[in-house]
Amino acid sequence: MKVSVVVFPGSNCDSDCFNVMRDVMQCETNYVWHKDHDLKNPDLVILPGGFSYGDYLRCGAIARFSPVMKEVVQFANNGGTVIGICNGFQILLESGLLPGAMLPNKSLKFICKHVWLKTENTGTKFTNRLKSGQVLRIPIAHGEGNYTADSDTIKKLKDENRIIFRYASENGELADRYNPNGAMEHIAGITNEKGNVLGMMPHPERASEDILGSHDGRWIWESLLS
Amino acid sequence: MSTTVATEPKMRKEPEITPELIKAHGIIPEEYARIQKILGRDPNFTELGIFSVMWSEHCSYKNSRALLKTFPKEGKAVMVKAGEENAGCVDIGENLAVVFKMESHNHPSAVEPFQGAATGLGGILRDIFTMGARPIFNLNSLRFGNLDKSQSKHLLKGVVAGVAHYGNCIGIPTVGGEIYFDNIYEGNPLVNVMSVGLLKHEELAKGAAKGTGNPVFYVGADTGRDGLGGAAFASRELTDESHEDRPAVQVGDPFKEKLLLEACLEVIKSGAVVGIQDMGAAGLTCSTCETASRAGTGIQIDLDKLPQRETGMIPYEMMLSESQERMLIIVQKGKEKIVEDVFAKWDLHAVRLGEVIDGNLMKVFQGSKLVAEIPAKALADEGPVYIREEKEPEYLKETRAFDMNSIPEPTPSPLPLSPKNGGEGRVRGFNETLLKLLDVPTIASKAWIYEQYDHMVRTDTVFLPGRHDAAVVRIKGTKRALAASSDCNGLYCYLDPYEGAKIAVAEAIRNIVCAGGEALGITDCLNFGNPMKPEVYWTFHQAINGISDACRAFGIPVTGGNVSFYNESPAGAIYPTPTIGVVGLIEDVQKAVPTNFQWEGDVIYLLGETFNEIGGTQYLFEIHGKRAGVTPRLDLKKEVNLHKAILKAGKAGLLSSAHDLSDGGLAVALAEACLSETGKSLGAEVWSYGALGEKTVRNDAVLFGESQSRVLVSLPQAKQKAFEKILGEFSVPNAFIGVVGGKRLKIMNLIDLSVEEVERAYRNAIPRRMEKAI
Repeated sequence: MKVSVVVFPGSNCDSDCFNVMRDVMQCETNYVWHKDHDLKNPDLVILPGGFSYGDYLRCGAIARFSPVMKEVVQFANNGGTVIGICNGFQILLESGLLPGAMLPNKSLKFICKHVWLKTENTGTKFTNRLKSGQVLRIPIAHGEGNYTADSDTIKKLKDENRIIFRYASENGELADRYNPNGAMEHIAGITNEKGNVLGMMPHPERASEDILGSHDGRWIWESLLS
Repeated sequence: MSTTVATEPKMRKEPEITPELIKAHGIIPEEYARIQKILGRDPNFTELGIFSVMWSEHCSYKNSRALLKTFPKEGKAVMVKAGEENAGCVDIGENLAVVFKMESHNHPSAVEPFQGAATGLGGILRDIFTMGARPIFNLNSLRFGNLDKSQSKHLLKGVVAGVAHYGNCIGIPTVGGEIYFDNIYEGNPLVNVMSVGLLKHEELAKGAAKGTGNPVFYVGADTGRDGLGGAAFASRELTDESHEDRPAVQVGDPFKEKLLLEACLEVIKSGAVVGIQDMGAAGLTCSTCETASRAGTGIQIDLDKLPQRETGMIPYEMMLSESQERMLIIVQKGKEKIVEDVFAKWDLHAVRLGEVIDGNLMKVFQGSKLVAEIPAKALADEGPVYIREEKEPEYLKETRAFDMNSIPEPTPSPLPLSPKNGGEGRVRGFNETLLKLLDVPTIASKAWIYEQYDHMVRTDTVFLPGRHDAAVVRIKGTKRALAASSDCNGLYCYLDPYEGAKIAVAEAIRNIVCAGGEALGITDCLNFGNPMKPEVYWTFHQAINGISDACRAFGIPVTGGNVSFYNESPAGAIYPTPTIGVVGLIEDVQKAVPTNFQWEGDVIYLLGETFNEIGGTQYLFEIHGKRAGVTPRLDLKKEVNLHKAILKAGKAGLLSSAHDLSDGGLAVALAEACLSETGKSLGAEVWSYGALGEKTVRNDAVLFGESQSRVLVSLPQAKQKAFEKILGEFSVPNAFIGVVGGKRLKIMNLIDLSVEEVERAYRNAIPRRMEKAI
């Protein structure tokens, strides 16, 4: 699998994603600078976490206008596989590749900690190695991860089985107390209609090696590789 | 030096140099006479401003320099010594080196906690990447007033949000630190931030303006009027009117700093850079004269070329501005294009401001007009140096006279509480005492704080904050990891600044050792009151001696740091608080030793001896409300042996866990060791007092006393023999005191609590107070 990691000014999980894909997953991995137009012929595009453009206007709102996003949108529309993590998810929302928007966390504070995610759909290319309902331990680190959308969108996401991950307890139980940011429907990750674009707030690249306390994020990479 | 110096105003009328104006700049008559002698004339307004910031306490260390010289600075791995550059640098092998430093931003944070803390972090990060090192993690050491007071909550909330705002955005994890709450810091909180960077040997950059004719570039953000005179502001006591100084606090832009960081590291790697220095305190003034002074050259700049974000600025303002996210780069002539291209890529300014010149003068032009001309060395290195009068403070007579027998011991549990001892209030049970201590914000879980910091970005954080004695951060591409810790018990230093400072060094290193690391060097942030007060200067001198003696015993250099005086509010001076930051090396990250118990059935040892030492303890302060007694004594020889034994046992893979005993003593250490973030908390049963240093030791001293050089370890039964052999080899007093297991914490017949109760008290202490924060 050939992987391209897009670097926006203010991206700060770009090297984390790069290292995991190249050194842990042994994939050919390239950086793509946001001013470039060549995605370097990838099988997977990663929009990494961080604070693109300082997130000053609204998270991801300026990054969607970066030159490279034209190619990313085209790549996705042609069925190319794209994963947006944290700020990358926010950019996918802003660019219209995924529906909905992010509000500040309910606590109004930035939250960095390990959370539990329940796998809701194992029929996607991002989750085909997972068991239905499998619970993953993956950290979050964001100030605005409170997913919101109008009721039609939520209904559509549910009907089309596009909610991929939900915040849950260690045993997969869903409840407000296990939802760290107040996201609607405990949403942690969703896909587009075609199922080739995934946006998720938790950071699988931070949970891909045992020495970091969890390797559950690898399930997503393994699924993409299979 | 016969050039005419312009004195007439340009944009705004510059004031006349009067005795009042000189005084307002914090320059005393003797210093002014010295300025006249250096210049051979009176300074103009711009020059007066330049001298005032460069000779301020903050930049010149005039009241501390003489004593700081006594620190041990040598070490075989030291690549850049303290005072030579923006930060110290230590070789860690495999062609890698670490750069680290701690700095304070106390005064700005007192006035504007969010931006004060944010820009404090921004400033220390620039000190690291100006050396060519990529900052890889940060720690912070904080002091606030009692957390039950709304002012303290406001400050904590603001400071933590400020650190989070800056650190999270720039993408450098904040992985550890420490915090104390004590009403002595009310009105003058301490915000000390430490950053650690990593570089390859060939990437080390210096802050010297070498090579006549080499162009001087200004890069980064535009210059505004923010932070005017911030260095001078930091060199005064805080008063009730300090809040009117708010314009002296700068506003940080972490996104700009992120771009600046990437651009600077890229340009340093290109080989086009001769010298580089950040613009921190005293901004453009400091960076120009210091780079010239280091190289023994002159430097010339033209303010007409300075990128400005405000109109109508006069040279005085441009030279003294402390606008953030700016750097000065001396470029090798002919390689200007490389530098310009890199900065253009990152959408940043790179403006040629001037050049390196022959001679020793810093010349500041505005177009063709010379607006300041001063020998660079006179500003940077030849500021006044004072040795102040010292006097032992009176209060020590009283605190030393404390008699332990005046304090009632808690009753053995589970007796019901009853009011006893009329004047002293009721006597608590041991169970209740432990729960009360775990509810003390100084001791309790700091999750409320560190969960606001991104502590995992860069995917190197092996020991997450909050559950280990030291932060452990791996170095990708090697088997190695860095361990880091910061420490200072201000109450100890108040009761005995020499012993307190010694203990701060020993404990910070002990934390590293417990995690399996060998200390490389220390950085310090010396927070004290007004040095003109003989009592303050005495404590400062004592603390310096304590740090020096401890470092010599451990064979570890001081590689840099910072002094922050004038930490006084209308209520008086803070505790002497010499915060110590340590960075250590773990050869094999797989052998890093965690702090909490790992396995049911492991045996528990207490290393070191316990004495009747409750002076200066959290127990005496929080339970009995007394700042009294003499601090625990520290025997450096015993401490060194303890470290050797733990390191050897850790390397041999014998230890399941190791936890240093500090605030709250044995009972708190055991409680902490029982807890785990992953929901796998374990109980423990302890049946022994451990090794006693005197015939009889009171139960409260056993449980809550803070005798030094003690560590709690757990290990599998099968490794007991090998472990005891190592303890014997280094003559470490020790006792096999219990076993790990169950769901309760039982300590002899004194304490019996469920781990759940322990956990609840420990985890809720800060959140329950902050819920009501404004």
